[in-house]
Amino acid sequence: MAEVEETLKRIQGQKGVQGIIIVNSEGIPVKTTLDNSSTVQYAGLIHQLVMKARSTVRDIDPQNDLTFLRVRSKKNEIMIAPDKDYFLIVIQNPSD
Amino acid sequence: MEIVHVYTKDREEFGRQCLLWDRPTELLADILPDQNLASNFIQRNHKDQAVQAGRQVSEHQVNTERFESDSHGVNHVEGGWPKDINPLDMEQTIRFRKKAEKDESYLNSIQQLGSVTEYCSRQNNAVDIYQEPFDGWEEVEESPEPPSAKTINVFRDPNEVRRTVTGLSWHPDGGRKLAAAYSCLDFQKTSRDMSLDSYIWDVENPNRPELILKPASPLVCLDYNPKDPHTLVGVYWDTRRGSQPVELSSVEHSHRDPVYKIIWLQSKTGTDAFSASTDGQVLWWDARRLSEPTERLVLDPTREGNLNRALGAISLEFEATMPTKFMVGTEQGLVVSCNRKAKTPTEKIVCTYDGHHGPVYALQRNPFFPKNFLTVGDWTARIWSEDIKESSIMCTKYQMSYLTDACWSPVRPSVFFTLKMDGMLEVWDILFKQSDPMLSLKVCDRALYSLRVQDNGRLVACGSQQGETTLLEICSELSTLQKNDKSLLAAMFERETKREKILEARQREIRLKERSRSEQSREEEIGREDGEDDPDQLITRAESDFYSQVEAELKRRERREEEALREKDVCEEKEVNDEEEAGRNETSS
Repeated sequence: MAEVEETLKRIQGQKGVQGIIIVNSEGIPVKTTLDNSSTVQYAGLIHQLVMKARSTVRDIDPQNDLTFLRVRSKKNEIMIAPDKDYFLIVIQNPSD
Repeated sequence: MEIVHVYTKDREEFGRQCLLWDRPTELLADILPDQNLASNFIQRNHKDQAVQAGRQVSEHQVNTERFESDSHGVNHVEGGWPKDINPLDMEQTIRFRKKAEKDESYLNSIQQLGSVTEYCSRQNNAVDIYQEPFDGWEEVEESPEPPSAKTINVFRDPNEVRRTVTGLSWHPDGGRKLAAAYSCLDFQKTSRDMSLDSYIWDVENPNRPELILKPASPLVCLDYNPKDPHTLVGVYWDTRRGSQPVELSSVEHSHRDPVYKIIWLQSKTGTDAFSASTDGQVLWWDARRLSEPTERLVLDPTREGNLNRALGAISLEFEATMPTKFMVGTEQGLVVSCNRKAKTPTEKIVCTYDGHHGPVYALQRNPFFPKNFLTVGDWTARIWSEDIKESSIMCTKYQMSYLTDACWSPVRPSVFFTLKMDGMLEVWDILFKQSDPMLSLKVCDRALYSLRVQDNGRLVACGSQQGETTLLEICSELSTLQKNDKSLLAAMFERETKREKILEARQREIRLKERSRSEQSREEEIGREDGEDDPDQLITRAESDFYSQVEAELKRRERREEEALREKDVCEEKEVNDEEEAGRNETSS
């Protein structure tokens, strides 16, 4: 339990990180550092995106699987780490 | 037939055991082929027969049932909560969340995911992984690819009887439209069936003209009004009119011969234009009142305003930065520079430049250096400086066929385009090479008559005798301004102008000497017939002088051929021209 907290704190402490969201497989945001409405929005939309990405990767090669997804936009970057039951979403402003 | 083998055996040997041994083969019978039997048979023809052992396949077309798909957006408010938990109830959700956090798999997976994410996050901070590696560097000068131009579109005259495209004008706003004037330049050959229409084409649609102009007689040239993109001015045999035929100028006051060129003027009202024709007049018009020209000028070299002695005008030049001066190119090869503001008609004609052996078909000032202008006529193109009246400062070689039109590129000061009678479009870059064009393209088989470059310098429209207008795109090298272009060209023009000035001064000196010498000799020998009275002798002398000079020049040129300096080439051409002039001067003095 404490390690989890520590991990999250470390990520949050990185330069440029705007927020972290942890979503479970049903799409419910379990832990978040952003406000509720943004969290809900991110959770819903990203859940679909990850499903699509994963199915794409597995369609092309059934033995392959999605390990990480990065969506870079003009203003920030959304990094999504999918797992069997949970996703970890980190929104960061890349420094350049 | 039977083949029989006979052998004998003694009686006492019957029943004995067989003893086998080897012996050589014995030929029992040899039946040779009988040629006579061959006549019963006929040899069959060789035949090639293909045999395939492939699999049989057949082709079908299948049309699947249409799959109707629809795009929707979905608005997620809250989702996925298990049935027993009310999403709006804060306590329940918090409790659920706390429970989820205690889950074992949660702990493990988050740890693992966390480390992955941290790596990426750190990476972001360290280096911009999407950055362009060589972004800020200066573009290396790529080795210049050979200049090229490609045809984008061809607009054909939709009528059956083909007419020559004699005038072209680009729409001033961005050049999406091109107006083309069609007429038949062989004066008396207008057939009955020839349609009188002229068209406005949209650049994207070569199949149908966008707008048809229906004048009363064929248009020879037209020009878009630079201020008001909807008005055009078109001119023809006797009358003149605006685009949606609004007005017509009256026949008495207009030109009596085909009007060859018409240009809009810069003025406060934006409605002034002036026109020139082969009847020797230049008329100014106000577009609002076309019944009478506002001003009239007769191109008479003796400055008397006598219409009978006037020179026919073929081309006009007007530069917006010099609103009071303008130039006219004539049928006789002279270029006349005039001042509009002069009070009396005699002062209107400022000076003349004697250039070509035939009509000056095109005349245009360099848009970057207004003191220099380009003329095209007979078989050469010449560049002039305003100050030097004797001869052009630069001249191309005598080409194989007549040059019919030319214009400067509006973006690069050293590039100009010329059109020839054999259907070639040539692009010249005088900074690069003066003896040959940079690019020679055969646009069509018939003669090309009119040329216009669009304002961005990339698109060139040229019109041919068969009524086709071809739209070409010039490669980017020839249509983008290079860094040192202006300064280099300015230096070149200055150099050439200075050279001409020096040559002029020298010519004058020589002439002065000749005159003084001839006067002296005339005083001494009055009876003797001098060159003045015997033109034949003078001519033969001039000819022999000329030829000997030319031969000397050729020899000199062969020696200099190894040197590839541009200046030397220009020098040589200039010297030949000077010798010609010297020969001419001798004949005249």
